Amino acid sequence: MDTAFLLDTFLRLIAALPLTLEVWALSVVLGGFVALGVTAARLSGSAPLEWFARAYVFVFRGTPLLVQLFVVYYGLASFPAVRATFLWPLLRSAFFCATLSLALCTAAYQSEIFRMAVAGIPRGQIEAARACGMSRWVLFRRVIFPIALRLALPAYATELISMVKATALVSLVTLWDVMSVSLKIRNDTLVTYTPLLVAGAIYFVVNFLLARALAALEYVLSPHLRGRPLFNRAPDVL
Amino acid sequence: MTLMVATVALLIGAAIGALVASAKLSGSRWGAAIGDAYAAVFRGVPELLVIYFVYFGSSGLLSGLGHLVGFEGFLGVPPFLAGALAVGVISGAYQAELYRGAYLAIAKGELEAARACGMGPMLMFRRIVTPQVIRFSLPGLNNLWQVALKDSSLISVTGLTELMRASQVAAGSTRQPFTFYIAGGALYLVLTVFSNRLFEFAEKRAARGTRRAGA
Repeated sequence: MDTAFLLDTFLRLIAALPLTLEVWALSVVLGGFVALGVTAARLSGSAPLEWFARAYVFVFRGTPLLVQLFVVYYGLASFPAVRATFLWPLLRSAFFCATLSLALCTAAYQSEIFRMAVAGIPRGQIEAARACGMSRWVLFRRVIFPIALRLALPAYATELISMVKATALVSLVTLWDVMSVSLKIRNDTLVTYTPLLVAGAIYFVVNFLLARALAALEYVLSPHLRGRPLFNRAPDVL
Repeated sequence: MTLMVATVALLIGAAIGALVASAKLSGSRWGAAIGDAYAAVFRGVPELLVIYFVYFGSSGLLSGLGHLVGFEGFLGVPPFLAGALAVGVISGAYQAELYRGAYLAIAKGELEAARACGMGPMLMFRRIVTPQVIRFSLPGLNNLWQVALKDSSLISVTGLTELMRASQVAAGSTRQPFTFYIAGGALYLVLTVFSNRLFEFAEKRAARGTRRAGA
């Protein structure tokens, strides 16, 4: 294994990293909005909406992402009717299809996380806020949202990391992300291990940094859960 | 085929998971470091990449070994084995955490009582630790089984004819990709629903010796 090849591989893979991150960021944000809708439907109290939300989560969590990706990319394109609509320029692009199917899939997982977070808010807190005369909006902004955010964060961090890993699937619909570039280098040079190892290292570092950043955010958001200061220490902050 | 790959993968994962969990619980600093590193690497790298790596890598390794004993040419590892190994290695990283948590959930007094009764480590492991670890880890194992089931669809990239690959072939030859991918997805749904039922049954059975809150 020579250094020049290693460096070359590394540079080519790093050049593909923006696409991977772009797909990741877009699908996470888009999926987040869809998830908010699904969670709202689930908690709306109306039976048809709740049923829809349950079915959505069931289908998208119960099937492999690869199947969903292929249904969107290959499946939809096979209908002449779809090709005739104004959506066709979008659905023709692999980038759009990949982002869309990743977003729809993560939305199912994210909506469960949101639901769990809202369900985890102590009932008394909401009652207390009502008793103080908070309106619905103030109640959401001051009580529900901050508590739910903290409750959701650990599971949300896991979901964000598994989404980074899921972006590797877009290599199967002709996009040049880190995964597919490493496979191309492997095919061209017939070097088995190096390209895949370098790609693995890049994914690992991205996930590591992401996990650290989210852990730091969790620390910042939960000052009340940190260890209480000891009695014999000077109470300089109190 | 999908079921077979996922089952073998889950078993490989269980063996690796138990090993890594015991390394982490051993109390030795090196054991814990190796266990942590294993979990960090296989949870931080895409599943697809692990599958490619195991598939290409193990064939390369085997061919290399073949050259050493004088066999010229390419020796391929069967896609089934490579696929099951790859998914198993990933599942093992998650199962290790699961088993570690389950072990820590065993009441300390029970272990002390077993020791006080004069049980040796093996007997204690068989009679006290294993039944409870299984009971505590069943819900988590259900999750991991479904993950393995879905990850097994990624093995289609190595050409193994499991559910996903079969849908791909059918979609290609009939030129009806939508129908066949939807059908493939529906079959995965059937598998997950069915295995959910099985796990619920297993959980009930494993908990038959315990009282439930409110019961």
